[in-house]
Amino acid sequence: MNEDGKRQIDTAYQALADEAQRQKALFDQSPLPKIHICMASCGTASGALETQDAFMAALADRGVDAHVHTVGCIGHCYAEPVVVIDYPDSGFPPILYPEVTPGKAKMLVKLFLEEGDPRFEHIMGATVENEMIPAVTEFSRFNREKRVIMERCGKIDPEKIYEYIAEGGYASLAKALSRTQEEIITEVEASGLRGRGGAGFPTGKKWRFAKNAAGGEKLIICNADEGDPGAYMDRTLLESNPHQVIEGMMIAALAVGADRGLFYVRAEYPLAVRILTTAVEQTRELGLLGENILGSGFNFDVDLFQGSGAFVCGEETALIRSVEGYRGMPRHRPPYPVDQGLEGRPTVINNVKTLATVPPILEKGAQWFRGIGTPDSPGTAVFSVVGNVTHPGLVEIPMGVTLRELIFDICGGIPNKKSFKAVQIGGPSGGCLSEEFLDTPVDFDELKRAGAMMGSGGMVVMDEDACMVDVSRYFLDFTQKESCGKCTFCRIGTRHLLEILQRLTRGEGREGDIEQLEALSRNVRQGSLCGLGKTAPNPVLTSLAYFRDEYEAHIAEGRCPGCACRALTAFYIDLEKCARGCDACVGCCPVEAVFTTSNRKKGIDQALCVKCGECMVACPPDYDAVVKISPAHLAPIVERPPENKP
Amino acid sequence: MTTSLTAEDQANLERLEDQLGTAPKGRGDLIPLLQKAQHILGYLPDEALSLVADHLSINRSDVYGVASFYNQFRFTPPGKNPVKVCMGTACHVRGGEIILENFERKLEIKEGETTQDREFSIERVACVGCCALAPVAIVGKTLHGHMAPSKVEGLVLRVRLEREKAEREAGKS
Repeated sequence: MNEDGKRQIDTAYQALADEAQRQKALFDQSPLPKIHICMASCGTASGALETQDAFMAALADRGVDAHVHTVGCIGHCYAEPVVVIDYPDSGFPPILYPEVTPGKAKMLVKLFLEEGDPRFEHIMGATVENEMIPAVTEFSRFNREKRVIMERCGKIDPEKIYEYIAEGGYASLAKALSRTQEEIITEVEASGLRGRGGAGFPTGKKWRFAKNAAGGEKLIICNADEGDPGAYMDRTLLESNPHQVIEGMMIAALAVGADRGLFYVRAEYPLAVRILTTAVEQTRELGLLGENILGSGFNFDVDLFQGSGAFVCGEETALIRSVEGYRGMPRHRPPYPVDQGLEGRPTVINNVKTLATVPPILEKGAQWFRGIGTPDSPGTAVFSVVGNVTHPGLVEIPMGVTLRELIFDICGGIPNKKSFKAVQIGGPSGGCLSEEFLDTPVDFDELKRAGAMMGSGGMVVMDEDACMVDVSRYFLDFTQKESCGKCTFCRIGTRHLLEILQRLTRGEGREGDIEQLEALSRNVRQGSLCGLGKTAPNPVLTSLAYFRDEYEAHIAEGRCPGCACRALTAFYIDLEKCARGCDACVGCCPVEAVFTTSNRKKGIDQALCVKCGECMVACPPDYDAVVKISPAHLAPIVERPPENKP
Repeated sequence: MTTSLTAEDQANLERLEDQLGTAPKGRGDLIPLLQKAQHILGYLPDEALSLVADHLSINRSDVYGVASFYNQFRFTPPGKNPVKVCMGTACHVRGGEIILENFERKLEIKEGETTQDREFSIERVACVGCCALAPVAIVGKTLHGHMAPSKVEGLVLRVRLEREKAEREAGKS
């Protein structure tokens, strides 16, 4: 490209950037208080919409003027709904409030915005360093993260394109437009970026294959078919900062020479679909999508396809099949999609997070990116850490941080004074790692070596009450349902695995079951075509490797060490501890299994009990009289007095 | 899977037929059209599948084959208050299955079914994305976090009471 062309792109981009800065300055310099509310799915699920309504109503009622600014997710799901109030005239720095209920919202409008009292007891911290209020960056949940992909999440309104541009958005695109295809691919190759969808294939290499593939009209597909139960990073990213993904996709398109893109988003993510649709429309309006983008002569446009919820469609050939209007069944590779993909055209399929990582790489350079993470897995990883952990949510960390740091230092460890048992990484394709693996650094290769995998980035932490056999059963139940049915081993093998595991959790285990599980697992792995079948036995194999004693206890003793398998567990009331006259457990029982004994203490009718554990929660901590025991026959039998028959 | 169509379903089928008139006819449009049909009707009765099949000139069996492959499509009408119980990993670890069982017991239907009066239906859904609130259930449009078996009865009762109240008020005016 000649100098004139470059200058033209710069001018066109500068015009957008100037307008964005003007709007930002207008907002920033406004003396009115600003209320930022996090409104991604996790926020709205916790009641952010009601909180927003409460703010609006309270502001109107009291005649207070303020900007209510909706932003995406900051990843601190345990604290939702999260609100940041920036009220410079009060003399306080911007303050982050967790768990803002409608009542708290009204109170803050009255006491903080009207009377200037920030209510210290409700504060989590200030969002910037200052002398008055401890900053949230003093918590390890904040300062141990390194944000590349999610840097702007929770700061900008995802439905306003100018807010993204004001933060430097689309500058990487403008830069890329004046470069050659070769230059872009070389930069991405040099950065060492690996696909964030789970397998970790080098992105630059994939692009090069596609660029060299024969045939015109190439395609880019953004894979946002996040079907892994317990993982929601892709959704949050699309809901909080869709433009970074669009920008990444456009750079990928430039690099491989594609003129059309497709977002494959799960239909179960209505908010992500809506926000992405708005984002694409706004991008088109500003001439960043369409023909002759920024006067460079580059044409590109995107469509949106709503995936109908089949886990196997995360596999690229299955995804393509489903876009073509068929059952999403994978086919044999090669030919790889980069040679023959959708409609037979060369197609690059990248994960949401991979595409979102591209703009920062072009902006700051491959060397900067290499400086983060480990030599073989540069950059950051986004995990959704959930389960029995104090501060669940989305965490973006540099690769190479150990699991111990992630779970204990950053996410606050295990709540309720329980001890750590296992962490499940990578969803149904991943594995359960035990305590001895806590010092494993998180990166593609190390996790694979330990038997788990990066997968999509779901991480479920389990405490001592979890049963590993039951967890394996849960995942097999999932993969068995989601198997597309093409390969016999996956279709029938997963079913057999599930049936054996179901028997174990019912206490009907037989000698030889463990060996059969192992043999079947190996067969399913070898006899399946795609990643779903190849990895489906992973939860079984890893839990067998690290928690074999639990399987043995189920088979030999009919005992569930975690007291989680209900057929093997019983609840009873310790009559020594039970207080006379207390009725807490009676009221909470959904099946009226708790009765009063002849000496006015309580007993549980084992024939009626469904083992939900409600009575254990309801029993006041002073008495702590409800006991869970496995195997079930160890529970002492208390007869129900005849006058108390139901 | 034959459910008798209500007058509302009939009207919706006509709407679907109208909208299909202008829709594109490529094979790749099959899934978007099924989504549209389900959006209009709330589910996919045989009649809707036939309309889509005829429009695209594909076998009905083929259309059913595709529709039944994907989790999004349902073939029974949803209740007015669909109960969705989250079965994500975090909810499972915290006892989501027990919550599901309680709903099944209280409403006397199994997951995937709808009560006779079409008031409630029960579904299990994959992660709804608020794992921090596990276990989670959605009744109608409201999400309920930190569910407990004892909360189930109250939720069902609340919906029924609200309906009775609405009916009483409708009767007055």
